[in-house]
This record gives sequence, structure tokens and C-alpha cells, in this order.
Amino acid sequence: MSAETSLKEWLLAEEPQSRRQARWGAWYQSWLTFRSNTLAMAGLIILVLIILAAIFAPLLATDDPFAQDLGQRLLAPGVDGHLLGTDSLGRDIYSRLLYGARISIYIVLLVAMVAPLLGLVIGTIAGYMGGWTDEVLMRLTDIFLAFPRLILALAFVAALGAGIENAVLAISLTAWPPYARIARAETLTIRSADFIHAIRLQGAGPIRIITRHIWPLCISSLMIRVTLDMAGIILTAAGLGFLGLGAQPPSPEWGAMISEGRKYILDYWWVATIPGLAIFAISLAFNLLGDGLRDVLDPKEGGA
Amino acid sequence: MTHLIDVENLRVTFPTRSGTFEAVRGISFTLGKERLGIVGESGSGKSMTGRALLRLIRPPGQITADRMEMHGQDLLNASEKRMRQVRGRQMSMIMQDPKFSLNPVMTVGQQMIEALRTHEKVSKSRAGERALEMLDEVAIRNPERVLTLYPHEVSGGMGQRIMIAMMLLPKPEILIADEPTSALDVSVQLQVLDIMDKLVKERGMGLIFISHDLNLVAKFCDRIAVMYAGRIVETCKASELGRAKHPYTLGLLNAVPDLEHPRARLDVLKRDPAWREAPSVSARQ
Amino acid sequence: MNAIEARGVDVYFGSGAELTRAVNDVSFEVAQGESFGLVGESGSGKSTILRVIAGLVPGWTGEITVAGESLQDEKRSRAFHKKVQMVFQDPYASLHPRQTVDRVLSEAMELQGITDINRRITRLLNDVGLGAGFRFRYPHQLSGGQRQRVAIARALAPEPEILLLDEPTSALDVSVQAEILNLLADLRSELGLTYVMVSHDLGVVGHLCGRAAVMKDGEFVEVLGIDAMRRLDVTQPYTRHLLESSIRSIR
Repeated sequence: MSAETSLKEWLLAEEPQSRRQARWGAWYQSWLTFRSNTLAMAGLIILVLIILAAIFAPLLATDDPFAQDLGQRLLAPGVDGHLLGTDSLGRDIYSRLLYGARISIYIVLLVAMVAPLLGLVIGTIAGYMGGWTDEVLMRLTDIFLAFPRLILALAFVAALGAGIENAVLAISLTAWPPYARIARAETLTIRSADFIHAIRLQGAGPIRIITRHIWPLCISSLMIRVTLDMAGIILTAAGLGFLGLGAQPPSPEWGAMISEGRKYILDYWWVATIPGLAIFAISLAFNLLGDGLRDVLDPKEGGA
Repeated sequence: MTHLIDVENLRVTFPTRSGTFEAVRGISFTLGKERLGIVGESGSGKSMTGRALLRLIRPPGQITADRMEMHGQDLLNASEKRMRQVRGRQMSMIMQDPKFSLNPVMTVGQQMIEALRTHEKVSKSRAGERALEMLDEVAIRNPERVLTLYPHEVSGGMGQRIMIAMMLLPKPEILIADEPTSALDVSVQLQVLDIMDKLVKERGMGLIFISHDLNLVAKFCDRIAVMYAGRIVETCKASELGRAKHPYTLGLLNAVPDLEHPRARLDVLKRDPAWREAPSVSARQ
Repeated sequence: MNAIEARGVDVYFGSGAELTRAVNDVSFEVAQGESFGLVGESGSGKSTILRVIAGLVPGWTGEITVAGESLQDEKRSRAFHKKVQMVFQDPYASLHPRQTVDRVLSEAMELQGITDINRRITRLLNDVGLGAGFRFRYPHQLSGGQRQRVAIARALAPEPEILLLDEPTSALDVSVQAEILNLLADLRSELGLTYVMVSHDLGVVGHLCGRAAVMKDGEFVEVLGIDAMRRLDVTQPYTRHLLESSIRSIR
């Protein structure tokens, strides 16, 4: 108890004594703001549950997700110990859902690492340098933005071959332009701020200014945007899976599961609906989380 | 004696993570047909006081008072509909920066006519005439042309004169001016204040002039209330400012560098924690 | 030797039909250890001159020499940054919102290749009257006056000879303004700094500077000593108008 209160005091100290304490204190303040947002917390809890389910899938699963049993095909939820029923090949949907979470999270992580980073680099460089650099980079961005995202992803997958990694790559390559736009717009306002002038006067070069002074301010709005876009990315991945261009059978990717279930949707609704609900849950969780993050990270609100 | 405004024990509070923050902590004052100056530094609660009178504090901020009346009518519990009639029609407010108070996509004329027509049933052409007369009164040359301009096309000083014209158009009885000239250059500042002063006097209005500038307030007001940490620490007649006693008031006066009377070092205000705890001085008359 | 010499400086903004001249044929010199003021109303071009010297404005012509170094365009040498620093008007905009005081000051020193940063930060914070307790705070935990002290500490970190002050107190309350003006006066006498200060407030300029240029529409109307200003011993009607309205607003 006393250890807990002293930790709290240490975190909320008015006069931190070290860099570490200052940083942890700032994180703790943000966490307190975040925690007071009920919906965002709900989103976070759902996500944590999904991540835990993905990590402990082998322990939680009741069956082998790939084991077929044609005698047990298309069982309704709850029948014969199959919690969420079975699909057309008699595979346990509950177990497949758990393993599918791994794929979804894998996709999300990969896309979240590639697309925003690419957008951040291109957008901040364009915004800070201005002139012809800006022109070239932003026209390139426009070209990518001019294609419908799914169609462009389809083209990439068609060229690179079907498969999860290629789907992720395709999604990332089509997802970066909006981030570049945001990063550039942010950079344009930050660039003319006095604190950037001040660091220029200290003799800092453009690389240092972009990476150490502009990035930290852009990253928060990008993070918000990424979490809000996550739903769309998962849906695009599911869409590619549904079209047979993402994860390949027998992989338990959620989109592919819906695709397989669509033939039976009228008679055996659960085969397509249950993975659909899973996609819905993770998308909703990301959206709620993104809204909460906006409250915490928005520099205009921060600190007040 | 009836007062235009009668306020007793006004408080404005905001909930925060660590309890509630009191921006205004129980102040009392009255306003007759006079010019009352409210002076204080940033965070003293002076602007909150002005906004509280018009009930412009957004939730979760809260206004409480033992009494907050205009002409003997309660403002504290008046309906939002009633408040909309009060705002503009009976009590107007001029804010610091005209750039943010004028709508950027409407011409000056459109805005003035609309402002008048929300409060009075007048025809468009009659409203236009009144707007012209009003612009003329705030010493704007060539008012016909100014009516067709957009806010970004006018200078800061002219913008603030337009704001004054617009706010006085529905003939309110009370004007609250919150730092009306601190965004303006010195020479324009005086011109704008002179105009405001003249109109307020001619029409027998009540003026609440909120500012950080004690000297300026002393020049344009009859009575001064000095606020510190949400309370009134001293009140006096403007003409008797030289006899002010509270160390905070004196500190504010002496901290200003004066071109004519150079000093090697400026006096620095030593804030006494006791000022914060001292009970609020009543500015009722 | 003069700390700053400017000859025939013109500054243009925009291009083509939108081309406007913000500063028109301005010449002045500031002696070492002097405090020189630039006064004028908004839009008179006074801040632009400071920004040209600091290398924050492109598109100027003329000759400027700072501490013996001739300036070109926006490029400034490493040695220049060591000699010249600037304090900005709005302390709420001049500190990075996500960086602690420690980070701001240590980066300024790192860039100048200064070692023993720890000891120096403590001394700097004491010099500007903040104390070591402020070292790990974020800007949002500081008041306006404290932020401006941090900004001054940052400007002092490379141990410059010349400080460019762009309305350093106009965003602050009068009592805080008095503290900052006293601090600037102390620092000047302790460190032998040269100041160029921009302000719209003649009282502030009169307090800190010995000489000032009155600007209007991008031109120097008159350069005169503060004593002459006090005596209203001026030749130009605009200067007289400015002085009178400034004095009248205090009376």
C-alpha cells in the first residue's frame, strides 16, 4: 500500500529529479487522462483480450484449427462441444477464430509499421523542405491517392502473387498517402513555429530538426489516424482474403473464413457471421481506442 | 437605488482531476450608469467575471451566486432562451481580438444587419441605414464602402470600431469590454477607447471595462475593482487611484516602465500568500 | 568595433504582382555592449529586421556584418550561432511542447559542442532565476514568465555575445514583465551582452535601451537617443505622435 502511494507520488512529482522520472511522469499523466475515457478503455480491453487470445491460442483452442472431420460438418454453435459450431469441412470455428486472431494481429502490426512510417518520412520531408522536393513528393502521393485502394492492392497482389505478406505489402503501399498528407500539413504549421526557429538558431540541421523536433509532434496525430484506420486495414485484408488474394486456405484468416462460409450463408448463418463478428469487434475496438488516444495525444488539448 | 447589475458572492468553478478549481471566488459588485473597471493579471478571474454575467461559461464550468441580477431580474436561473434575448439586446460584449469575433465569410454589412435583425423587427433596408449611421458614429469614414468589406480587409483598429458599432446597434444598456484594445497599437488604442467612451456617455450606458492595464482603466473609468486570484482585493474611485493602499495594486502600478521617469530597476511584485486568503472586498454601491 | 552593421537593407515578401517591400533601405550600427531598440507599430517591419539578422527570412538585399562576419541569404555559419541568439515574443510558442527544460538546454549545448552539460545546466537555471528544481519540467508545467526564463536560458546556453530580443515581454503580465526586464538588465551587465530589442512599448525600450530607431512602413523615421526621447527632442512628427500617445496612455 505505502509502496503504491509512494510510486504514485514519484510519478506525479511537481519537480522530477531525473530524466527518467520526468518521462515516466508524463506517461502516467497521459494514462490517467486515457483511463477516464470509458469507451476508449472498453476498446483497449477488447484489444487486450484479442491479443491474449492470439498469444494463448494453443491453450484456449478446443480442437486443431486445421483438423477436418467431414462427419461433423456445419454443426450449429454449441452442438457436440463445438462452442461456435463447425464449418463446411467440419473444422471447429472457435479454434479457427483464435488462430485467426494471430493472423489479424500480424497483419495489423506489419501495416502499422510500414505505412505510417513511409507516410511520415515522405510527408515531413516534403513539408519541411518545400520547393520542388515538396512538389515531386506530393504529386507522387496524389498518383497513389488517385487509385481506389482495394483495386490498387489487387493489382499489387496480382503482380506479387497471393499470400499474407504480399497482401500486407499491397495494403501498406496503398495506405501511406493519407499519412503523408497529414504529416505534411502538420509539418507546415510546426515549421513556422518559434521553437523550430529557435533550434535552427542553435545551429541544428534539417535532419535533426525533422527527426527530433517535428516527428515527435506528428507521430501523435498519425497514431490516432492509424488506430482509426486499423478497422479499414483489417477490412481490406479481410476483403483480399475474401477474394482469395490474401491468406490462402486452409489458413484461418477471418476474411477467408467469411469467404468460405458465404456459400452456406442462407442455411448455416454462423459459418460466415461469426468471423464477421470478430472483424466487427476488432474494428470497433480500434476505433474506440483511436478516439481515446485523440483526447490524450492532441497537443492542442494536452497539458491544460 | 436601482442598479443595472447587482452581483453578490459570484463564483465560477471548474472541476479538475485534483478537485475543483475556483476561477472566481465569491465577488460582489454593482453597476449603475457608470464605468466600472475590473483590473487584474492573467488568471485573476477578470474575464471569467465578464463571461459569467452573460452566462457564457461552458459546462463543466459552473456559475453560482447569492444574487446575479440585471434591473432586479434574476440572470442566474433565467432560461437559455431568455439569456439569448439579454445577450446583445440588453448586455453586449466586446472581445479582445476583432479577427476572432467577426465571421470571416460574411461582409461587415451582412453581419451588422443580421445582428440587428435578430433582436429587432426591422426591414433590411432600415437595418442597413442604422448600420451606416452607427459606423459613422464610430468615426469610420466612407461607411458605405466599409459595409461591403470582409473582416480580413479591415485593419485591427477599424475592426474593433466595427465591433463596437455592431455591439451598440441594438442599443444595449450595458457594455462589457474585455481587453478591447490590447491587440491594437498604442496610437489606435486611445482613438478606439475615446470613441467607446463617448458613445457610452452619450447613451447613458453602464460599462464594465476589463483590462490588465491599470493606467488605461483609471483613465476611462469612474470606479476600479482590482482582482487577484479570483477575489477583489481593492476597490476605489479612478480619480483616487493615487491613494490606493493594497500592495498588489501598488505593485501593478510600479511595475510599469515609464519613459519619463527612468529607474535602474523596476519594482518586482512580491506576492504575499495572505492576499489570496483575504476576504473579497465588496464593490457594491 | 561594431557588433552589428547594416547598410541599405531591403526585404521583399512574396513575388510577382504580390511583391511587397517590408523593409526599405535601412542602415544602422550597434556598438559592442550597446542596447539598441527598434520601435514602431505592428507591420512597421521592426521584427523583420531581427529575423533577417537571425537568418529566418529569405529574400533580402544589402549588407549586414555581425561581429566581423558578413551575412548572406539565410545561411549562417556555426560560429554565428555561437555568437548570436534570439528570444522570441511568445513564450507559449517558442518552447517545444513535448520537451523538458533539460532536453531543450542540453540540446542547445550539444549543438555547440559544449561538454560538462550537467553542471552548466544547473548554473544556467540559477542565472535566469529558476533553480535546479525546474530542470525536468515540461513547458505546460510552467507559467508564462517561467517559460520566458527558459527561453532566455536557451539563448544563453551557447554563451553568445549578441542577443536579439523580439518583444520579449509583450505576452506577459506587467509584474512578470518587470521581472524579465530586470533579469535582462542583470544579464547584460554580468555577461557584457549586446542587445537588439524590438518592442512596440516605448516604456520598455526606454528602460533597457540607450538608443532606438523609430520605424514606420518599413523605413527608419528617426534614430535617436533615449534621453532625447524623454525630452521630446525629436525632429519627425511621427516620432512625436508615437511618443505623445505612449505617454498619454500612462498619464
